[in-house]
Order: sequence, then structure tokens, then C-alpha cells
Amino acid sequence: MTEVLLGHYGYWFIFALVILGFYGMVVKRNLVKKLIGMNIFQVAIIMFFLSSAVKWQATIPIADPALGTSDPDLYISPLQHCLMLTAIVVAVATNGVAYALLIAIHKRFGTLHEDELLARMTHDLDLD
Amino acid sequence: MTWIWTNAPALPVVLLLPAAIIIPLAALIDRRLARALALAASLAAVALGILNLVRVLADGPVRYFMGGWPPPIGIEYVLDPLSAFVILVVNAIGFLVLLHAGTPVARELPEAGQQVPYYAVAVLMLCGFNGIVVTGDFFNLYVWLEISSLSLYGLIAVGGRKAPVAAFRYLILGTIGACFYLLGLGFLFTMTGTLNMADLKAILPAVSAEPAVAVGLGLIVAGMGLKMALFPLHGWLPDAYTYAPSASSALIAPLGTKVGAYVLIRILFFVFGVGAAAKAFPLTTVVGWLAAGGILYGSVMAMAQRELKRMLAYSSIAQVGYIGLGIGLANPLGLIGAILHVMNHAAMKGLLFLVAGNFRTVLGHSDIARLDGSARRRMPWTTAAFAVGALSMIGIPPLAGFFSKWYLALGAVARKQWVFLAVILVSSLLNAVYFFRVLERVYLVKPDAEEDAPRTEVTASMRIPVLILAAALVLLGVLNAAIVKGVLAKVAAAALF
Amino acid sequence: MGTTFASPLPLLAVAVSLAAVPAILLSAKNRNLREFWTLAASLAKFAVVLSLLPAVLDGRLAETRLFELAPGVRLALKADAAGVFFALVASGLWILTSVYNIGYMRGLRERKQTRYYASFAVCLSSTVGVAFAANLLTFVLFYEILTVATYPLVVHKESAEAIRAGRKYLAYTLSAGVLLIAATAMIWLTAGRLEFVPGGFLSGSSLSAGTLKALFLLLLGGVGVKASIMPLHGWLPTAMVAPTPVSALLHAVAVVKSGVFGVVRVTGFVFGPRLMADMEFDTLLAGFAAATILTASLLAFREDNLKRRLAYSTVGHLSYIVLGMALVAPAAAAGSLLHLAFHATLKITLFFCAGAIYVNLHKDKVSELDGVGRIMPWTMAAFTLGAIGLAGIPPLNGFVSKWSLGLGALQAGRPTALALLVLSGILNAGYFFPIVRRAFFKKGAFPPGAREAAPTMVAPLVVTAGLSLALGLYPDLFFRFYRLASAVAASVFGGPGP
Repeated sequence: MTEVLLGHYGYWFIFALVILGFYGMVVKRNLVKKLIGMNIFQVAIIMFFLSSAVKWQATIPIADPALGTSDPDLYISPLQHCLMLTAIVVAVATNGVAYALLIAIHKRFGTLHEDELLARMTHDLDLD
Repeated sequence: MTWIWTNAPALPVVLLLPAAIIIPLAALIDRRLARALALAASLAAVALGILNLVRVLADGPVRYFMGGWPPPIGIEYVLDPLSAFVILVVNAIGFLVLLHAGTPVARELPEAGQQVPYYAVAVLMLCGFNGIVVTGDFFNLYVWLEISSLSLYGLIAVGGRKAPVAAFRYLILGTIGACFYLLGLGFLFTMTGTLNMADLKAILPAVSAEPAVAVGLGLIVAGMGLKMALFPLHGWLPDAYTYAPSASSALIAPLGTKVGAYVLIRILFFVFGVGAAAKAFPLTTVVGWLAAGGILYGSVMAMAQRELKRMLAYSSIAQVGYIGLGIGLANPLGLIGAILHVMNHAAMKGLLFLVAGNFRTVLGHSDIARLDGSARRRMPWTTAAFAVGALSMIGIPPLAGFFSKWYLALGAVARKQWVFLAVILVSSLLNAVYFFRVLERVYLVKPDAEEDAPRTEVTASMRIPVLILAAALVLLGVLNAAIVKGVLAKVAAAALF
Repeated sequence: MGTTFASPLPLLAVAVSLAAVPAILLSAKNRNLREFWTLAASLAKFAVVLSLLPAVLDGRLAETRLFELAPGVRLALKADAAGVFFALVASGLWILTSVYNIGYMRGLRERKQTRYYASFAVCLSSTVGVAFAANLLTFVLFYEILTVATYPLVVHKESAEAIRAGRKYLAYTLSAGVLLIAATAMIWLTAGRLEFVPGGFLSGSSLSAGTLKALFLLLLGGVGVKASIMPLHGWLPTAMVAPTPVSALLHAVAVVKSGVFGVVRVTGFVFGPRLMADMEFDTLLAGFAAATILTASLLAFREDNLKRRLAYSTVGHLSYIVLGMALVAPAAAAGSLLHLAFHATLKITLFFCAGAIYVNLHKDKVSELDGVGRIMPWTMAAFTLGAIGLAGIPPLNGFVSKWSLGLGALQAGRPTALALLVLSGILNAGYFFPIVRRAFFKKGAFPPGAREAAPTMVAPLVVTAGLSLALGLYPDLFFRFYRLASAVAASVFGGPGP
């Protein structure tokens, strides 16, 4: 049991982050907090990918004359890092759109709390 | 010509992506250029789509290595019968909706600052859809998925007062979906070390017994289920479709969910397969039963709606269920039915949402209870097209909708899945209930004011796409055998059954 | 079974009235021109169907094979004896109905006549399509189009009652269509064929008894709604809210007969007599038919509304035809088809009469008909002939078909069926003759100037009554109905079968 827990502590950490982010997104009623949850969720996934790139006692994936390029085990895998750079870009873009939406919502309804928002939306008689 | 052919898989994306960027720049010179450029770009994409489909059917799949790097190191784009077919559907519907969009955009997005971005973002979304369909690399798919999703959120948010809230909710759920997909991909990548579809397909059988693969696939299916609004992951859809401006919902409703369905089909039947491993982990069966629930749920909810676009939105949940059901049947007939329904439903829902847009433009509303005979008198063509779309949704032969049901029913019989068969058939009756409710009002309820309402049919740019789609429903129905034999049989033959 | 030859005629027979639809819609402003198109289409349609008759009598079947409707199943139309028989009845009576329509619709100053005529034309196209459909999928296609095309006619009045009737009509018929589609899909996948074959294409197939039973029930449910087999008949009396010509042609000839024609196709060409008897489907079907005949006749007594009484009478008579097919005997099958035609001429006469009375005197209740015969002698004389015919009394044609059905009952060794037919005849007389008595022998109060209906309405009903009489005296007159019906029976029972 302890081995399962300790042997994969990295994964458990990521798992906890995923749950935390998910919790934030689904349960929190404040839209900004939902967004924070979303960020945690995204970071958790990025870390998950990066953790799969790690090799014991390997170094960053930049060719080092002292190490040579013959043994790939001396470098951690670069692919995941490239992928996650893209994922970070995507996350930033998503955040940008999300904050723009939040500003629009706040301008129209004057609140970012979901319950209040729902109450104010149902008071609107127009269907649009 | 050969140049086009060798670069065919990449061309739609290469065409649309710069177009999305050029549109706002060109609009600085003359605002009308925005619409013209968007139309030109999407028309070119349709032409490319036709060309590509013809060539793929004649010569077989084409693979294109981005930057000349072959996989598994590089990213490849693949045109096979499935992707060529879906791309053509996406671009054709996209073009027709953009053609229609002129007046509704001008009317519903009165601020000049909104109109130009609408066209730019719409083209960007189409580009994203094209990328999703054509790519042969799972991570690249994720990127396109997010490009199209972010555009979707924007297109929805420019609607009425409540639109940003609907868009934000969709953003949260959509991001959860995308994250699930990415997480699932992480599992698959850790197990196989590749992100290329063809590569993954070759490696997967060796590791398919691993729990991590099952978890990865489950996450991917859940993520895509969210994107395609598979019941019970449909929560974002009704508000998003209802509050989006007409021009956006007509673009999103026929295409948005279909792309998610395409990804599911691609993964389940072209990468993972339904072999021995699938028996231990019956993902397709789960999808099928959820879809069956969604068909009933969506249809019943559609009956209860008072607003046309909202009714159509719930109907979309049901219709996506048909596609899911076809996936769940996991046999060639079911797959054919599912893919055929991707096309048929895109045409039907496109038509119906365009009609809802026409109602809003001419009548100023699309409340079912306020519709009456004056709608028909003012817009005879639009209402006639609506009737065709509704009958097709109900599944009256020889309209297109009947035949997707026909293949799904055949697939259900072949599987001896009587519950699925019953769901397919009962749902056509439910469709009849909520569509005839509208038809009754439009055709049979006398207007309150007996005055001779002037014929104020919509402009040609709004009428022609609607009529084209109505005619298409007849043609697609009559020609379904040719489509099935010429394209979909090839797709089904290449699938891993 | 005869030889088949390729010919565009069956398609033409279907298409000619469909081609009239745009013409009708375009001439909405000019009602004379619009009605001209309807009449022209009906005459042309009848001519085309009639031109198919000689070949069929020679045993040569014209066939149009079009594109594939679904992989492996073509949209195919074949003018076999049964199809030509039904198409003759439907298209022939359409001509008379078209003439009658003009008088009726103008007499009542109905609205939306363009939609009305256009829907009528589509209905007739799909009816002939049902008649000529060479396989089950083509049959389903036209059957469903017929369902939808009839809807605007049922709701024509646009009153709340009409809309409710329309809903009921759709609920029944669309559900039936769904069953039919399910059955078709199952047959296509299990038996791998859908082409109608005299003697039944399923007989000799290796399907299990359970599958066959399920298929039979599904198909029966599918065609049984339009054929008004109880308890699936509920829509028909309700649909009487439609204008009378609609009730006359569609609810006595085209739509309901498409249903019983479906029964003929299912029993004779899908399952075939051997399978019907082996699986005891005949007893099941005969039971339903017998119950329907009796119940409908009794219910007809109760109805004071003339059209609803006629509707229940129709329900009963449709089941004569179903019973004939269920008896699984050549004479009974021939009698079935004959009754399909002869009930049509009789019942359309009665509906025409009801419509003429309504337009002329605005009376639609049986209890209001006192003395009508003196005002409208031609109409009520025709009504009397129709009533005699439906009671099965010679020399009207209703007797001929009933005779054949009775013979079939004896052939099949089911004398109870014969007794039932006799009893039903008495009941028919019981609910029709009082109307005749009222009309001729009671005195009624009428506004001054009340007189016989317009000639466009009287002429058709006199013609149909005369036709009924003529066909009773000489059943093979003009259209060789007797030879055709016998040919169908012979092919179904003597057919090689697969």
C-alpha cells in the first residue's frame, strides 16, 4: 500500500490537482473561481505530460558536448515539452476569451456570482 | 493541378487560416470586403472539398507530411474517404450559412465592430473544423479543437444579453471536455510513445489490455462526448444555441457537434477498433445506450419548448443521439447510418436554424406560440422549406432523414438490438409531435389580424441557401444509395470491425 | 406468372398527377385553369393506367426500374394484375371526384382551394405508387407520402376540431408507418429480399417461426391502420371532419384501400397463402376481420351524423376485403379484390350524396333527412342504389363481390364466415334503409326554392351509381375487373412460389 502511494507520489499529486481543479469548476459558484479551477485543471494535465518525459538522472534536452548525443537516456524527452508549450498557449488563449466573457457578463448583469446571475436572468422577460 | 493534388490535405487549412487573418485587415479598406472574403474562402474550400473527395475515391487516401517531416516525428494530414467526406459536408454547410448570414448579421449585430470579427471568427472556426477532420495526429487535433472551440465561444457570446453567460458556461464545459481529451491522450502517449493516428493504430493492439489504455480511451470518449453534447453531457447546448445570434447558431448547430462525433468515430473505429480488447471495455456500447437515452430525452424536452431555436437545440441533442447510436451499434450498417446522419443532420439542422433566423428577421421573434398563418403568408418560401426540413426530421421518405434512420434500423436489426430499434422508431413519432406543433401554427392557425399581411419574404441571400438546403434534403435522400455505395461503404470497409 | 417488360408507363401513371402539382400551384389565381389542370391530370392518369390493362390481361407486366433507393433495393414500379386493378379504381374515381370537387368547393366557397387540389393530386400519385410498388421499400415510400399528403386535406377546415382530427390521423398513421419501416428493415436484413412475388416471397425462406410471427404482426399493424382493422380504426370516423370529396375519394377509396391493398400485398405477395395457413396467420387475421365487421356494423347504427355512419360502414366493408384475404382460398381472394373495387363505387356514391345534401341543404344528420328525396330525387335515388349494393342485394355489384367471398368461405371450409357475411348484409340494410325511408316517405320542412344540387355534383354520383349497377349486371364490363381479380387469385395461389 505504502509503495503504491509513495512510488507514484508524482501521479498522486497530479491527481489531487485534477480533482481540485474539477471541484473548482463544477462546485464553485463564482465564475472567476470557476476559471481558477480551470487553470488548476490545465496545469495538472501539463504536469502529467511533463512527468512522463522525466528520466532518472537525465538532463534538459539541449545537446551538451560533454554528454554527446549517442545515448538518449541522458536527456529527458523533449517532445512532451514542445507539446505542452502549445497547450500553455491554448490555455492562455482560453483564459483570454474567458476573461473577456466575464467582463461582458459583469457589464450586463453587475455580478459574477452564478446564483445571482441566474436570478437576474430569469427576471429578464425577453428571450434573447 | 498536380501541385494541388500533392498538397491537397493541407490546402483547406492553409486557405482558411490566412483568410481569417486577412478579413479584419481587408475590412480596414472596405467593410464589405469582410463578407466577400469569407464567402470566397469558404467557396474555395467547398470546391477543394469536391475535388479532393473525387480524387480520394478514385486514387485512395492521400497523406501529407507537414514541413516534409514524415511521422512519427512530423505531423501528417490524411485525406481518406471519411475525412474527405466530412470536410466536404462541413465546408458546404459553412458556405451556405455564411451566404445566408449577411442580413441577420447586419440586423442582430448592429455595431460595426461586431460584424467584421463575426466573419473572421466564423472562418477561423471553419478552419478549425477542417483541421480536426484532416489531421492524422492526435495532438494536432487537440490544437484545432481548441481553435474551433474558442471561435465558437466568441460566436455565441456576441448574441443577446444572456449570450455571454451561455458562452462562458460552454467555455467551462468545453474546456473540461478538451482537458479530458488531453489527459486521455497523455495516457495513450505514455503507453505507446506516439501521437500519430496510424502509428497508434499499429501499436495499440500490443498494449490494449493495459488499464491505462482503457482509462485513456474512456477519458477521450468522455471529452468528445462533452464536445458533441452526448447525453448526459449536453448541458451547455440549449442555452448556447438559443442565445447565440441566428447567424451563429445556424453555423454552430449543424457543425459543432458533428465534429466531436467525427473524432469519436475516428478513434473508436479507425484507431482503437472493436476487437477483443473492446469487448472487455465496451466503450461503444456505453456510447450507444447514452445516445439512446439522449434521443428520448432530447425529443421529450423539445416538445416542451416554447421557442423555436430552443426546440431545435433540444432536437439537436436527440439527433446527436442518432449518431451516437450508430457508433454504439458498432457494425458497418450502424457506422454508415451514423456518418450519413452527420451529413443529413447537418443539412436538416442548418436548414431549420436558417429558417428560425428568417423568422426572427421578418417577424422579429421565433416564439412558437406567437407564430401563425401570417408567417406563411409573408414568407411562403421559407415556411415551405421549413416543412421539408421538418418532414425530413420526422423521417418521411424519400427525404434524407428517412435514410439515416433506415441504415440505423438495419444496423440495430443486424445487432438484434431491439431496444435501439424501438428508440429510433419511437423518436420519429416524437419528432412528428414537436414539428407538427409548429407546422400547425404556421399553416393552420389564422392570424389574429385578418388584414392582408404583405408578402415580405426575406432577401434572396437569405432565401437561396434555405431553398438549396431544402432541395438538398430531397436529393440526398434520393441519391443516398450512391453516397452509401460510393463513399460510405469504402469508409466502413476501412474501419476496424 | 407472366413475363415482365421494361416500360415507362407505370412511372408515368404515378408522375402525371405529380406533374400537375406545380401547374395547379402556379395557376392559383385563375381557378378555371387550376381546375382544368386537375381534370386533365385525372384523365391523363386514367388513360395511362387503362393503357396498361391489355398487357396485363395478356400476362405481360410493365415494369419501371429506377435508381437504387437503398443499396440493393431499387425504386421499382410494376404494373401487375393487382396493381392495375387498384390503380384503375383509384384513378377512375378521381376523374369523377374532380368534377364533383368543383361543384362542392365552389358551392361552399371553401378557402385554400389551391392547396386542396394540389394535395389531392399528390395523394393520387402516391396511391398509384402504392398500387404499382414492386417491392416493400417502394411500397413504404409511397405509403408514407400518402400519409403526409392526406394531412392537409383532413385539416382543410382549419377549425379546432379539424386540427384535432389531423393530430389523431397523424398519430395513427405515422405510428403505422413506423411499424412498416421496422418490418421492412427486418425482412431486408433477414430474408435479403423485398420484391413482391405472387405466392409470397417469404414462403420457403428459412426464417424462424418467431421471426415470421413478429414480422406478420408488424406488417399487419402497419397496413392495418389505414385498412381500419379494429382496434386501429379510430382515426377514420374522426377524419370525417374533412370536406366530403376527401372522405369520398380518400376515406372510401384511395387511402383506406391503400391499407387493404397493403393487406393483399402482405398476405398474397409477402407471406403467401401457404405460409399464412401454416403459421395460422389466417385464423388470426380472420378473427380480427370478423370482429371488425360485426362491431363496425353495430356502431354504424348509433351514429346520427351521416358521414360518420358511412365511415363505420366503410370500416366494416374494408374488413370484408381483409376477411377475403384471410380465408386463403382463390375465390375469396378474387372476391376481396372485387370488393375493393365495388365497395369503392358504392361508397363513393353514398359520400357524394352526403356531400350534395350538405352543400345544398346544409344538413349532415340522418335525423334531418326527412323528405330529402322529394327535393333531391336524383341524389337520393343514387343513394338508394348504393345502399342496396352495400347490403349485398342483387343486381348491384356489391352482390357479385360478396358472392365470390361467400364461395371462398365455403372453399376454405369456414361456413361461419359465410354466415357472418349474410348477417353483416342484414345489418347494412338495417342502418341504410331507414335513411332511404326517411328521405322518400317522410315529410320535411325546406326553405322555399330548395332543389336538386348542382349538375357538377349530381352527374358524378349518378355515374357512380350507374356504374355500380352496370358492374353488378356485368362485372367484366369496361375494365375486366372480374378477369383481373381472378388472375390475381390464380397467380397468388397457383404461382410457383420461391
